Amino acid sequence: MYTQGLDSLGKDCLRDEAQVGGALERRFQAHIDAEDKIEPKDWMPDAYRRTLVRQISQHAHSEIVGMLPEGNWITRAPSLLRKAILIAKVQDEGGHGAYLYSATETLGVSRDELVGQLLEGKAKYSSIFNYPTPTWADVGAIGWLVDGAAIMNQIPLCRCSYGPYARAMVRICKEESFHQRQGYDIMLRLSRGTPAQKDMAQQALNRWWWPSLMMFGPPDADSKHGVQSMRWKIKRFTNDELRQKFVDFTVPQAEFLGIRVPDPQLSWDPAAGHYRHGPIDWNEFEQVLKGNGPCNRERLEARRRAHEEGRWVRDAAVAWAAKRAGSAAPRAALTLLRRNHERRYA
Amino acid sequence: MSGDTRDWPLYEIFIRARSGLDHKHVGSLHATDARMAIEHARDLYTRRQEGISIWAVRSTDIVASDPADADALFEPARDKIYRHPTFYDIPDEVKTL
Ligand SMILES: [Fe+2]
Ligand SMILES: [Fe+2]
Repeated sequence: MYTQGLDSLGKDCLRDEAQVGGALERRFQAHIDAEDKIEPKDWMPDAYRRTLVRQISQHAHSEIVGMLPEGNWITRAPSLLRKAILIAKVQDEGGHGAYLYSATETLGVSRDELVGQLLEGKAKYSSIFNYPTPTWADVGAIGWLVDGAAIMNQIPLCRCSYGPYARAMVRICKEESFHQRQGYDIMLRLSRGTPAQKDMAQQALNRWWWPSLMMFGPPDADSKHGVQSMRWKIKRFTNDELRQKFVDFTVPQAEFLGIRVPDPQLSWDPAAGHYRHGPIDWNEFEQVLKGNGPCNRERLEARRRAHEEGRWVRDAAVAWAAKRAGSAAPRAALTLLRRNHERRYA
Repeated sequence: MSGDTRDWPLYEIFIRARSGLDHKHVGSLHATDARMAIEHARDLYTRRQEGISIWAVRSTDIVASDPADADALFEPARDKIYRHPTFYDIPDEVKTL
């Protein structure tokens, strides 16, 4: 995961739109209309580039931050097999972040710039990862619901007009299915277990249900950037369409587990062939996005700490490469390494 | 800047999925040297037996054609349909041709 339609078109984008009509722009749109892909060296409008940089980098950050709520449980997984599975899942998420940073780099921004924005707290990432994982059942609920919602969002992105993003998404989608199934498997075991285990599964569903629905982003009526993204074929379905599909898929899965979706207004609409859910607390969503969710601060601190603690490894790698290349740089690099080491352990 | 990956070169990664197939471009990554590029490529692109061989090429060493030259480069082939076997109408009576 996890794009959330967080990317809003700025004023500059609107100005670009006003310039529509240029021959290049017409040709560009014609390519997109014909379902051709846009590749890094092709001409593209600035607004298209900026929209992609914003969306793909937010997606990459979400994958990276997304490792934290589950990583929290690696050392406490209930069996060696569950531990191995969770490590593999979390490693995949790190990989997803790397594929996506690499796709963003094809648009002319550097990964360091993007990582810097994340660490400085300037970048957005999916609101979902700012919720805590107090029990093992939360790991199950994340795989089932969060990765499930991610799949819903990401499958259409495999056909996104921008080639490198679409290709990264194909790779990611292949891996997400494992994530969702291992999560459901955890929920299944718990729901067939002791009353206490079943209750643990229910509590986790209660915690993750609404935040999962929020993952699809604001309702269509309030999302201003949807139209242009659809025209550019970055987005193929609206937030509400995807959310509806998720609800329709997920409610029967919860019924099979024998646990209740925490929505008293949830009902089946036989005429439409859809489940109807109650109102979503968009105020909560806004608050989490603004940084006031239960774990926003903790997540960023964990990222910063990991970045700091990995510094000596990066310094050492640079020093080693320089030494091997026989350049004059190793002495300087080693001095730096020593200084950082001393600063850290003094 | 120290501790940054800013100056780490970008490598393009190519993977051979099975023997008998070409290496295929799968993406890119940053590494301080070629060996790290291979190690990272292994972790990043072959977690599920996607390959049996990896090529890592410095991105700056790749020479690419310019999309703006696409017409000049590829258009001349368009009207040479006689290069394709389907150009020739062979009577049905003639077999195995
Ligand atoms: Fe992911
Ligand atoms: Fe995932």
